Amino acid sequence: MEKIITIANLTKSYEHHKALDNVSFDIQQGSIFGLLGPNGAGKTTLIRLLNQIIFPDSGTITFKGRLIKPNDVLQFGYLPEERGLYKKMKVGEQAIYLAQLKGLSRNDAIQKLKRWFDKFDIGNWWNRKVEELSKGMQQKIQFIVTVLHKPELLIFDEPFSGFDPINTNLLKKEILHLHEQGSTIIFSTHNMESVEEICQDIVLINKAKNILQGSVCDVKSLYKTNTFSVNFEGELNQAIIAEKGKELWKIILHKTKNNQTETKLQLLKEIKSNNSLLKQLLPIGNVTTFQELLPTMNDVFINAVKQKEHE
Amino acid sequence: MTLIGPVLLALLIIAPAYLSTMQSHQLRRIAVIDQTGIFGDTIINTSLLNNQKLNNKKITPEEVFQHRLTDSKYIHFDFLPINSSIDSVKNIFESTGYYALLFIPKNLLNSRTIQIFSNKEISLNIKMYLSKFFEKDIEKEKLIEKKIDPNIIKSIQTSINIESVKWTPKGEEKNTNSEIAMVLGAFAGILIYMFVFMYSSQVMRGVIEEKTSRIVEIIVSSVKPLQLMMGKIIGIALVGLTQFLLWVILTFGIVTAVQSSSSTFSLKTQTNEQVQSLMTEVNSNQIQPTADKENPKINELVQSVYHTSFSIDWTVMILSFLFFFLMGYLLYASMFAAVGSAVDNETDTQQFILPLTIPLLLSLIMIQSFLNFPDSSLSFWFSIIPFTSPVAMMVRIPFGVPYWQLAISMALMIITIFIVMWLSGKIYRTGILMYGKKASYRDLLKWLRYKK
Repeated sequence: MEKIITIANLTKSYEHHKALDNVSFDIQQGSIFGLLGPNGAGKTTLIRLLNQIIFPDSGTITFKGRLIKPNDVLQFGYLPEERGLYKKMKVGEQAIYLAQLKGLSRNDAIQKLKRWFDKFDIGNWWNRKVEELSKGMQQKIQFIVTVLHKPELLIFDEPFSGFDPINTNLLKKEILHLHEQGSTIIFSTHNMESVEEICQDIVLINKAKNILQGSVCDVKSLYKTNTFSVNFEGELNQAIIAEKGKELWKIILHKTKNNQTETKLQLLKEIKSNNSLLKQLLPIGNVTTFQELLPTMNDVFINAVKQKEHE
Repeated sequence: MTLIGPVLLALLIIAPAYLSTMQSHQLRRIAVIDQTGIFGDTIINTSLLNNQKLNNKKITPEEVFQHRLTDSKYIHFDFLPINSSIDSVKNIFESTGYYALLFIPKNLLNSRTIQIFSNKEISLNIKMYLSKFFEKDIEKEKLIEKKIDPNIIKSIQTSINIESVKWTPKGEEKNTNSEIAMVLGAFAGILIYMFVFMYSSQVMRGVIEEKTSRIVEIIVSSVKPLQLMMGKIIGIALVGLTQFLLWVILTFGIVTAVQSSSSTFSLKTQTNEQVQSLMTEVNSNQIQPTADKENPKINELVQSVYHTSFSIDWTVMILSFLFFFLMGYLLYASMFAAVGSAVDNETDTQQFILPLTIPLLLSLIMIQSFLNFPDSSLSFWFSIIPFTSPVAMMVRIPFGVPYWQLAISMALMIITIFIVMWLSGKIYRTGILMYGKKASYRDLLKWLRYKK
């Protein structure tokens, strides 16, 4: 898979504050990429650098194999965190204008917009002023304008913040749809659940530095705690289970109800594979549930940040 | 606003005229106690009175008698019995409906005072009417006493008109009127000040709105900040020009239309009436007050305006106005845009706007001296320096400005605009992305040094 964007040694300071410190990572073409980090970490600065709204003190950004050029922004779609629309302008007019800014012709823009408006069922907002719409409605408009020109690279900055589940779902569906059509998507967020659901690769920025990167699976493995959830049929004594895995595991949780035994086991030493653990469990009883409890991205986030701070 | 503006302006011109005509139609009745006895009835038509006995025709008192103190269009004098007392009127004043009570004392010539009583404030118009009447009347009496015919006095009154002629470089002679030039100059200067200020403020407000609504981030992700700034400035310039043209056309149209359609409201007639009502000469032998003397003066004024219009080079005037309006606006609009980019809301702009508008304000205040001494070195320098030249130069133009001065002023203006725009662009580029912190002058200087 090709790299669509390469960030190399990017550094940017404002006055006395270093926003990015020698940050480097790659983004694969066609992937959904999570740009994570606490507030004030430097995510917005990175996005602005990508969009060429500001320019770095040092370092480079490479797009499709060559240094990024001013015209490249026409291939990008940017959905900022805060609503960026003229309040007193009519929805339709404004959408056409913003589409034209990205290089679409007027007629082309109108055609495409009408299609999107029908898809979202918001056709009757065309002549309303933006300030008359609710936040969720404005978000939809902004989303349409971002994706209208079928950009190769989409950048979403906290797209779900403050939205009800229905709108969030709608947006998620559209993002996945765009992904299927081949767009590369960069997600900047600290809503870890959405990362969990959608992202394939991530980078975690904290205090201007890149502290973690990789695919979601790899990153989770990095922080796994070797904890397993195992349920047995019947109500088994805790002592029996503890006895069987004296050196291997310790019981973190033990519950019996409704003729079921629920346990959570934490491994005390490395095992060859999950299958070998299963082999150890089978003699104890009928296993009804066997699952490795991987850390949530939330856990990963917290642990990674804490870890770096102790270094 | 574009359409309402001229309507409002036209209303401003027409309404006072209309309203004052309405007001003056209110008839006021003033009771008179004339202890001298001479301002009351006098016989004006003795022959009619004599003929009555012959023809037995009924004659109305108005045909024969008239008060020496004549009624005007809006005052009617009601003569009470000579021996009436002031107090008797005072007690029943409310119920009588009189506007006032005029008391002419027996010793009028010595005291030279007439009293007017009322429960309201007496309007200035009426007081002036009365004092003018009595003065003229008594003067006439004194002349007659000295055996001088009052008509001689009238015939020797002369008004002399000073006609100014200007020599043009072409060797022609043109009638000029420096008052007209002054009015035009002042008007142009004020207009420039207003428009430059108004539209530059619009630019600033637009910049602030884009910044606070974060739309600037989206736009700047597609175009360069300088393009956005210039686009906004040029766009509003076009709006300004359109609005201005519409205003001129519509105001002119409305006022002309109203004038021609109704003579009651015609400004010229109104001026005449006002002049008449204030300076009525009352002649006891005539019913109509004479005001013909006033008319010539007004006619002269109209004539001189007409003639003077030819002495002012209208092409230079209009072209210069457009140039300085546009250039002055570009200059201030780019500075205002830079200010707008440095703040988060309009209240924070105050600290920056004040020093910027001082040159403009100064030139506005100095209009008086530019008008009086259009060729002084003070006026010269003010019309050359780009920050004050829009106003100063426009004030001077009706008086005639040498072409080389105009050329220098314009050239300097253009160069300065380029420099200011370049600097403003730098501030704008950085300012629009700075949120939360209130920028100080030092910050602005720092932004100037940021490289791409």
